[in-house]
Amino acid sequence: MITRRTALAAGLAAPFVARHRASAQSPTRNETLLLVQEYGPNSLDMQGIGASQPVNGVALNCYDRLLRFKPVPIPGGSGHAVRMGDLEGELAESWQVASDGMSCTFKLRDAKFHSGRSVTARDVKWSLDRAVSIGGFATTQMNAGSLEKPEQFVALDDKTFRVDFVRKDKMTMSNLAVTIPFVIDAELAQRNGGGDPWAKEWLKNNVAGSGAYRIESWKPGVETIYVRNDAWTSGKLPQLRRVIARDIASPSTRRALIERGDADISYGLPPKDFKDLIDAGKIKVVGVPIPNGVWSVYLNTAVGPFTDVRLRQAVAWVLPYEKILQASLFGRGLDMSGGPETPQVAWPQPYPYRTDPAKAKALVQAAAPNGVSTTLLFDAGNATVAEPMAVLIKEALAGIGITVEIGKVPGANFRGEISKKTNPMVLNRFAGWLDYPDYYLFWTLHGANSIFNIASYQNPELDKLIDTARFTDDKAIYERSVTGFVSLAEREVPMVPIAQPTHDVAMQRTISGYQFQPCREPDFRYLTKGTAS
Amino acid sequence: MLRTLLDRLATTLPALAGVVVVSFLLTRVLPGDTAAYFAGPAATPQAIAQIRSELGLDRPLPEQFARYVADLARGDLGRSLTTGQPVTADLGARLPASAELTLFGLALALLVAIPLGVAAALRQGSLVDHACRVVATAGVSLPVFFTGLLLVYAFYFVLGWAPAPLGRLDAFASPPPTRTGFFLLDSLIAGDLETFRASLAQIVLPGLTLAIFALAPIARITRAAMLAVLAADFMRTARAAGLSSRRVVVTYGLRNALLPVVTTLGMVFSFLLGANVLVEKVFAWPGVGSYAVEALIASDFAPVQGFVLAMALLYTVLNLGIDLAYGLIDPRVRAAA
Repeated sequence: MITRRTALAAGLAAPFVARHRASAQSPTRNETLLLVQEYGPNSLDMQGIGASQPVNGVALNCYDRLLRFKPVPIPGGSGHAVRMGDLEGELAESWQVASDGMSCTFKLRDAKFHSGRSVTARDVKWSLDRAVSIGGFATTQMNAGSLEKPEQFVALDDKTFRVDFVRKDKMTMSNLAVTIPFVIDAELAQRNGGGDPWAKEWLKNNVAGSGAYRIESWKPGVETIYVRNDAWTSGKLPQLRRVIARDIASPSTRRALIERGDADISYGLPPKDFKDLIDAGKIKVVGVPIPNGVWSVYLNTAVGPFTDVRLRQAVAWVLPYEKILQASLFGRGLDMSGGPETPQVAWPQPYPYRTDPAKAKALVQAAAPNGVSTTLLFDAGNATVAEPMAVLIKEALAGIGITVEIGKVPGANFRGEISKKTNPMVLNRFAGWLDYPDYYLFWTLHGANSIFNIASYQNPELDKLIDTARFTDDKAIYERSVTGFVSLAEREVPMVPIAQPTHDVAMQRTISGYQFQPCREPDFRYLTKGTAS
Repeated sequence: MLRTLLDRLATTLPALAGVVVVSFLLTRVLPGDTAAYFAGPAATPQAIAQIRSELGLDRPLPEQFARYVADLARGDLGRSLTTGQPVTADLGARLPASAELTLFGLALALLVAIPLGVAAALRQGSLVDHACRVVATAGVSLPVFFTGLLLVYAFYFVLGWAPAPLGRLDAFASPPPTRTGFFLLDSLIAGDLETFRASLAQIVLPGLTLAIFALAPIARITRAAMLAVLAADFMRTARAAGLSSRRVVVTYGLRNALLPVVTTLGMVFSFLLGANVLVEKVFAWPGVGSYAVEALIASDFAPVQGFVLAMALLYTVLNLGIDLAYGLIDPRVRAAA
């Protein structure tokens, strides 16, 4: 029982305990990384339905794919990011696209699963079949790169594997390097599947991969411990032998841990904390502008006041871009206003609008002389950034006769709200894994009307340009289509880009080798721990 | 005694049935679409529909309820989508963590609050009495997350006395073999003093945070109850009979004042257990409170229902225990029942 004595001892012992433990751990800590994050994985199977964002990290570190993104140095030299189409082999030793461009043949390297079995082309086929058949996000993501049905995947012999293309799609190869098409030990999974051909339940709780790390222990909601797979041959053996990922819900606590030096690396702090850490200069912060990620205001083009293009343009002319960047993102992002009249072949890129209330007022006067009232929704899960943004938008719009009521919607309801497509004004951040302008606009503005086409925008002319850009292999046509649809989107502004946020990670100066991945989860394979750099 | 126990148990059954129905309905009435949430980014309407049917959310409500009750009868509380684990396993792992923290905090609070309350009642209007009032007011008016962050800032961040607020144990220590689920007890049972010290060091700050909060109601009630007892005839008699003042206050005074204190204690305990969400968040304590709130935000029904049910059960058992304790403290209650 807890007695007065233990309680008193607690108070008295606390200082000694803390100091004593710190000195006892030092030898093993050099090869161990302590990572703190907001929440951990809810499954170990990224292909499974309902897998949460951190499960990408499990897929990345514990499984291999055929291909991976080649590390591309971040300007400034504090780590590496990726570039679309710049790929290297992971399980594939080499690969060759057929001369007609309609298939690709992969030669597998000698790799072993954690179980000791050799990785064969049959395992690759089973895993990719699973990804396109299992449904949910995995299948959606596979389809995004024109990987649609099991017949596309052919195991020619033990070490040779072929993917047949349903159409020429520049995203197919890059899509083989994202975290979804990872290779599973098919025999082990099927043996433990208990009647389920895709072993969903078993793979949720077990890793059957060939990746650089194995899971030593997984306590959902508490911690995940990774240990290095010393037999990994699909890349350079990682330096870190053990990684402890603790789930620490409170950002203040995560910041205190990194500042005190108890945690090695901290994910997901509010932008203000990252700015403070950079200013203080004790902790290293590596920031990468999220490829294909933008905070935007979506203006509903199907119902409500913003069906009138003049009002949409008025919003684009009045948003306080610079103020938002400073007050809500604390400078951790890129301004999306004041761009050139003729767009570049890039996404995201600054629109030609800038804060010009007079111009905006004139447009509102012409379209709705009595002013309009509307609502602005955002996801409460993003409140740290979105709330100040929404308040600034409300303030700016009030000046031109648009009265805004702010609606803060809890995460689970937010998806429901945006899928209704009846909200006149929504603030959201969308980021696509595959960094192509046509990919982004396919999700957000195409007439296929995905859930992220929050503006419910329908324009056959835009659809045609996007579709052309997606499937052409002619560079000139591609560039013409991209500038075409971007300038159309700029004119019509169903979506007003505000800022491209930075993905920041805080780490001790002793940590180097940071590798940014499109899934934005930590890649332990490249990280090293040593003396201060 | 046994009769009383059975009677009490029988009356709790309808209450529990009510909790089952209400918790089921409430989670269904709440806005929010579980399927859309778990379909994740870039989900197509087909993908969402597929998840909905997989979770059985496309069935009519009565059918969902029948399934829920049938599962419940088998002791199956469903599966959490946020952790991917069965709710019974999650609660089993997290309830001891919450209970240990709450009991620890409550014990700390009792150690301070009861003497403080007694002293305040004995010397009404004195400095101690004023101190009691100030402490009580401060305790309830400081939000727990604030006290928690303040303690972390002072004792961990600035002074470096407390260990990193990383939950129940340092990241590099391993938990003791599970017997009770209470790390403090388990480590002692295993004779592992190192782990005992480590878990004690971790629990001090969150325990203190809770204690500061729980202090107020206990100290106030102790003071009020003591005042009432001190004015009673038997106290005058005891003093007149020449008993030592210690004997008068502790044996005759405090024992008679304990009844309302124990009642408050039961309420404070069950309240703290569910409501220490914020303390759990600040100290990364893997307890049930933060578990339930995370689930609620994600519209994850099963853990919320499981949590409500577990709390209702706990509350019932606790009330029963307190009722029985009344009899031990004051034989008159037993006679009346």
